[in-house]
Amino acid sequence: MSQHVNLERRRQAIYGWLLLSPAAVLLSLFAFYPSIATFISSLFSKNTRRKPSEFIGTENYADLFADPTFWIVVKNNLFYAAITIPVSIAIALAMALWANSKIPARGFVRTAYFTPTVLPMIAAANLWLFFYTPGLGVLDQIGSLFGLPSVNWLGQPETALWAIIIVTIWKEAGFFMIFYLAALQTIPEDLKEAADIEGCSRWTYTRRIVLPLLMPTTLFIMVNAMINSVKLIDHLFILTKGGPSDASKLILYYIWEMAFAFFDAPHAAAMTILVLAVLCIVAAIQFFYLDRRTHYQ
Amino acid sequence: MKHLRTLGLSTALVAGMALPAAAETELTMYYPIAVGGALTEVVDGIVADFEAENPDIKVNAIYSGNYDDTRVRALSALNSGEPAQLAVMFSIDAYDLIEQDLILPFDDLTDDAAWLDSFYPALMANGKIEGKTWGIPFQRSTIVAYYNKDMFREAGLDPESPPSTWDEMIEMGKALTKDDTYGLMIPSTGYPYWMFQALAIQNGKEVMSDDGLTTAFDDQAVVDTLEFWKSLSAEHGIMPTGTVEWGTLRQAFLEGQTAMMWHSTGNLTAVKNNASFDFGVAELPANVRKGSPTGGGNFYVFKDTTPEEQAAALKLIQFMTAPEQAAEWSIATGYMGVSPAAYETDALKAYTQEFPPALVARNQLENAVAEFSTFETARVRDGLNNAIQSALTGAKEPAEALGEAQAAADRLLKAYR
Repeated sequence: MSQHVNLERRRQAIYGWLLLSPAAVLLSLFAFYPSIATFISSLFSKNTRRKPSEFIGTENYADLFADPTFWIVVKNNLFYAAITIPVSIAIALAMALWANSKIPARGFVRTAYFTPTVLPMIAAANLWLFFYTPGLGVLDQIGSLFGLPSVNWLGQPETALWAIIIVTIWKEAGFFMIFYLAALQTIPEDLKEAADIEGCSRWTYTRRIVLPLLMPTTLFIMVNAMINSVKLIDHLFILTKGGPSDASKLILYYIWEMAFAFFDAPHAAAMTILVLAVLCIVAAIQFFYLDRRTHYQ
Repeated sequence: MKHLRTLGLSTALVAGMALPAAAETELTMYYPIAVGGALTEVVDGIVADFEAENPDIKVNAIYSGNYDDTRVRALSALNSGEPAQLAVMFSIDAYDLIEQDLILPFDDLTDDAAWLDSFYPALMANGKIEGKTWGIPFQRSTIVAYYNKDMFREAGLDPESPPSTWDEMIEMGKALTKDDTYGLMIPSTGYPYWMFQALAIQNGKEVMSDDGLTTAFDDQAVVDTLEFWKSLSAEHGIMPTGTVEWGTLRQAFLEGQTAMMWHSTGNLTAVKNNASFDFGVAELPANVRKGSPTGGGNFYVFKDTTPEEQAAALKLIQFMTAPEQAAEWSIATGYMGVSPAAYETDALKAYTQEFPPALVARNQLENAVAEFSTFETARVRDGLNNAIQSALTGAKEPAEALGEAQAAADRLLKAYR
């Protein structure tokens, strides 16, 4: 009898492992192994003709903390995230609520919102490059109608990062809207009916019923937006190359520069590990803390 | 199919057998294109001619974006064990490539001194390091001044005499500046250090030493140079404030946003094909002296190659830089013919006769200096770029910004002295 149970249990275990194995193999290959390899290479010095690579412990990290550019980049990235995440989520939500209501040409509105998302990053960046160009750019053309002076949006430290932020919001809001639209479709009609019978206003219904029910989606979007905010690089290549004087340099661009322009893989690896660590902490907070406060149906 | 063949080849090698029918050497070459136009077809054409002449060599020429992309692409290929025998990369990457132990000097590949001497010396300068030649010039440029002759006429200036000194440039620039056009645009994104080098050499000072170990950013003449660049917009108002975008400048010139622009000669053919007005090309103006840095890409041969591959790579490089091909490439792009012999070919003779601006970049070579390059070049360059941009955008004073760049460069280069 007990043998039978044991056999059964073992079979269950094998099943379980077999079901896990595809994901486990893929994750190890594309996530765990590279992370560990990156961590290891961040503990060694650069290998050059004069000085072969050697183990130096946390020296690469110490160098980074002593590097003023690193702090500028961190500050830029925090600022970029602090603006783009809430704004693009708010706009996405507003657009979704609007595109979900009974308006004429609803399909057209949705398509229009979604268009920026399907454009390739590089193409979008090139479009905006010409929007922002002083003199012949669309923005300046519009501005000159109202007698505004020409502004070099990408060419001055005060506005360069803002210019990048606008492009990001324009590109992301439509993408997030799709998730909200899908979530809105799943809210049962009878909740709306019940609310109507109770005589509550549209605003109350939105605030008390719709928004709480959208929380899981918001959480998911927030995690995505977080990750995207450290992932931005293509726009920078086209629009500003991190300039003028590092005013719009973000962390991934700096990592790229370290590794492939400065030939300094160890420092790039150290920076990558720092980014991973921060992302892990943020994700943990979001899942363990916010998750508990989120209403699931 | 190709993959299958390489797979077969490698398994055969692993098994330690010699392939009976493998008389063919396969080369993989990465190359960049930093200016506009459908230039990959031109390269493919030249490569096809080479293969027709050398049936035992097969060349995969892989276009891989701009200079940075190409370096990344080639180095990633090397790191991951994919074959790459040669590449066209930034002429100024030489120090770093040597330091990484990735490339071979051409002196090890050939003792044909006459061939190495057949190129313009100014174009060899960036590739000559520690007494050896590491790079062979392929797509090389100097900075030239493009100007809109129609606007010169409108402003009452002689369209055949563009400014030849800084003072003339300011004076003419003021005459050319109107409500919706600027007199002059010098790009300050992308490659600000390059334009700055041109201005500094005109002011009589080279910003780096020949051995790649010292920079002269805080030299008074260099600080004055940056003051001058800034004054073009701040004081004289002939250039926009802030930075001028490298990528959209050609378009701005073609749309009549600016009467003059400084840009790579590599854009010449594109400007010629798209300009709806009468335009001219001039050598850069002088202050203390005339001058421009060279620019562009050299051929490099990677270290990790078999002798057969090295021989084949050398053959390919010799073919692609031979006068006929150099002439074809020059006509298609505006880049320079890399040797005096290229300008003696019928094709380029005829072309330059009908279109004299094609000679400006070459004529400027006699006053040209090597492009900015040191050990740790990208990082040192980045410091200089930031200093230039901080000064132009008014974030810092030129002297302060350049002082910081000099201190950073000294920190980086100390290890190599």
